[in-house]
Amino acid sequence: MPTTVMTERIAVRSPQKSPAVRASFPVKAREQEQVPEPVVEMRAIRKTFLDVVANERVNFSLRPGEICALLGENGAGKTTLMNILFGYYAADEGEILIHGKKVSFASPRDAIACRIGMVHQHFTLVPSQTVLENVVVGSSGGRFFLDMKRAREKLCALQKRFGLAVDPDAPVWTLPIGGQQKVEILKALYRDARILILDEPTAVLAPLETRELFDTLRTLAAEGCSIVFISHKLYEVMEIAHRVVVLAKGVICAERSVSETDERELANLMVGHELAGKTATARKAGAALLSVSRLTVRNDKGLDAVKDLSLDVHSGEVVGLAGVSGNGQMELADALFGLRVPTSGTIVLDGAALPDGNPKSRVDRHMGRIPEDRMTTGLMLDLSVEDNLVMEHHGDFRRSGMLDREAIGDHAEGLMCDFGIKADGRRAPARTLSGGNLQKIILARELSADPKVVVAAQPTRGLDVGAIEYVHGRILEARDRGAATLLISEDLDEIFALSDRIAVLYEGRIMGIADRKYATKEQIGLWMSGIRDVLCA
Amino acid sequence: MRLVLKKRAPLPPWIRLLVPLGAILVTLLLSAVPILAAGGALWPSYASLFKGAVGTRYNFLETCVKAAPLTFTGLAVAFAFRAKFWNTGAEGQLLAGAIAATAAGVASSNLPPLLALLFVCGAGFLAGGAWAAIPAVLKTKYRVDDVVTSLLLNYVMWHIMGYLLFGPLQMPGSSWPRSAAIAESAHFPILLAKSRFHLGIVLALAAVFVVWFINSKTVFGYQARAVGVNQKAAAFAGIGVKSVILKTALLSGGLAGLAGVGEVAAIHHHLLMDISPGFGYSGIVIAMLGQLHPAGVALSAFFFSGIAVGAQSMSRITGVPTYIADVIQGMALLVMLVALLLTEYRIQAVRD
Repeated sequence: MPTTVMTERIAVRSPQKSPAVRASFPVKAREQEQVPEPVVEMRAIRKTFLDVVANERVNFSLRPGEICALLGENGAGKTTLMNILFGYYAADEGEILIHGKKVSFASPRDAIACRIGMVHQHFTLVPSQTVLENVVVGSSGGRFFLDMKRAREKLCALQKRFGLAVDPDAPVWTLPIGGQQKVEILKALYRDARILILDEPTAVLAPLETRELFDTLRTLAAEGCSIVFISHKLYEVMEIAHRVVVLAKGVICAERSVSETDERELANLMVGHELAGKTATARKAGAALLSVSRLTVRNDKGLDAVKDLSLDVHSGEVVGLAGVSGNGQMELADALFGLRVPTSGTIVLDGAALPDGNPKSRVDRHMGRIPEDRMTTGLMLDLSVEDNLVMEHHGDFRRSGMLDREAIGDHAEGLMCDFGIKADGRRAPARTLSGGNLQKIILARELSADPKVVVAAQPTRGLDVGAIEYVHGRILEARDRGAATLLISEDLDEIFALSDRIAVLYEGRIMGIADRKYATKEQIGLWMSGIRDVLCA
Repeated sequence: MRLVLKKRAPLPPWIRLLVPLGAILVTLLLSAVPILAAGGALWPSYASLFKGAVGTRYNFLETCVKAAPLTFTGLAVAFAFRAKFWNTGAEGQLLAGAIAATAAGVASSNLPPLLALLFVCGAGFLAGGAWAAIPAVLKTKYRVDDVVTSLLLNYVMWHIMGYLLFGPLQMPGSSWPRSAAIAESAHFPILLAKSRFHLGIVLALAAVFVVWFINSKTVFGYQARAVGVNQKAAAFAGIGVKSVILKTALLSGGLAGLAGVGEVAAIHHHLLMDISPGFGYSGIVIAMLGQLHPAGVALSAFFFSGIAVGAQSMSRITGVPTYIADVIQGMALLVMLVALLLTEYRIQAVRD
């Protein structure tokens, strides 16, 4: 947090020092011609992380007074592109022009000097300091003394102008999330930002707060600010944006004026790639082994992330739970795993209710759990492969109060062979294994104990093709042995490839459930975007 | 040109053994600077330091005597740190143990020696454990930072001891802050003639073995390590994280309490305000130097003790003040930390 603040320090001086730049900004968009000169032009941007291509041949431009939505699935490269514009990342190829002048940003401070502001998903505020202190921090302009009086006047003027009401003297930690977001926006405006990037700003907001934010954004745009709005909620995009740019797999796949498109077309464009033909054979499902009823779970911020959710998973079926990330998947999985205590509702496994917030009961009652975060939740990277394989059942390897190392070793050798875990011996620290092999450790541990219920959260995220295929095979195998499997995934290909039924999670609720045989990607895409459609009868 | 730290490929495990030895060697070399600065001649100083520490039977046994409480506090800290319970309060737990041992020792004049010893040790162990349980409960129940609470409780216990030594525990008729003598039956027996080599030293070595055994052989040891390396994953696996932390605290505090027991029952036979010259704080350094391994703790406790004992003869012979021991001990920690850093990173020069 402090580093971000530090890096901004020098930059904020520049606007005052460069009247030339300021003069070139159009005062009001409407007074300009129909197609005004773009304020930002990104040309042929390419960015890779190791061997993953995040952006490829991206041409993106932004006009004055325009609200442009960047739409795309998780990992489509939206945030990466904007981080390049904000100077966080340097593009491997391509160039950026601000007001037609080529620029090269070494860090966000250079971007701020060009009057670009960015509000990240995770705020960069100092919780114990007041709103005013947070806004001015780093903007002393190199002077020794802070002129708090002038700073306060400037802040209040900004607040009045853009309808961003927050008490300047309130400590930031006392503010609701919406209030903290206002502080972030004020911080950018205080540094004279004319180009504002908002990364999924509504993900953390309550509906009323979203209204307020949209009002502010409209005012800003009317005053000539250009705004990039990253989102995957279609109705919001339709409501607030003038123009939509759709990114898929790092490439811009469509660009539409909002008046020329509708939600259905956007949903298709967003998930529009061809879905894999390979599918699992549907099977006759048996009794409901996992019953979730009326479950409500709060997220870390105290807001309801899962709302009154009910879902049954039967023996011998895979229910795929699709959805854009941040719609309650993590909280639901945590509640199922026993890591998070729901505020209400029950989870019943094979006829018996599971005690809330008790992971041990899940282990004892044979729930196979594949957590989303294998590095920090599923495994202990500093321990050996064999120790990780007995993480949950080490109590079974007890001989007169002591750990039976020999039995643990045999157990590990067996599983490493069965699941093809490649490691430098069973004593090797888990840290030394590849991602695919780490996931195999979890699969071996969770699926070899013949689970009645399997809950898998993002089981193939970050894995290579071969490992993905392996994981899919093992999950289907568990299903074929009669396990009731809940697959929580943001990867639609995966959902379609494995599921017998597909449910869509949107804002903590099930938007709909469809049999995979009859489900279409179009319909699922609409559900994922929060649109309930009559089409899908 | 600037220097940057680059992550190293993992080094083979035997390096782990060499690191502390190398660190001690470098420390002794670096000690030349303060020794020379204090006006000591180099070789006579080193020779007298060495001879004073382990050169004669008596000196060697004295080093053992002083190593005993350091081993206990070092084990206490190492055991707690392994489960990421940041117990910086071994000093206070030692004092709690010493107070309880004194009270028990004074009261056990009618007990046969074996029972009296068990009574004194048990009281000291429980008192130390109970004192360590306070930060553990605060940590698990209210998420209060354990580094701070366990450290600050040292001062609380110091003042409680002051109150007791001027009040209920004060030796009748005395105006000094000093307790009555503990019963003879509660004295730790001296095991080797013409020395102060006492039962507590054997107990300390036994504790080294017990801690090693718990760490590497028992289910609890596995759970404590799991909580230490990844609390979230431990909870996910169904390990009762809070109960593991609490048990760890009890055992850790108990070990520190035993250090206090030894000082009362074997050395002073009274409780005094300066019963501990900071054994609890040294325990933190010793645990780090021993890389949290019980055997490493025992060795570094012996090293620390040897420096302290040897510095006294060095001071007598060469006139270098005994404070040099503190300087060397402090340097040992710094060198060790740098050495540990260098096992994970290498320094690289980068051209701008």
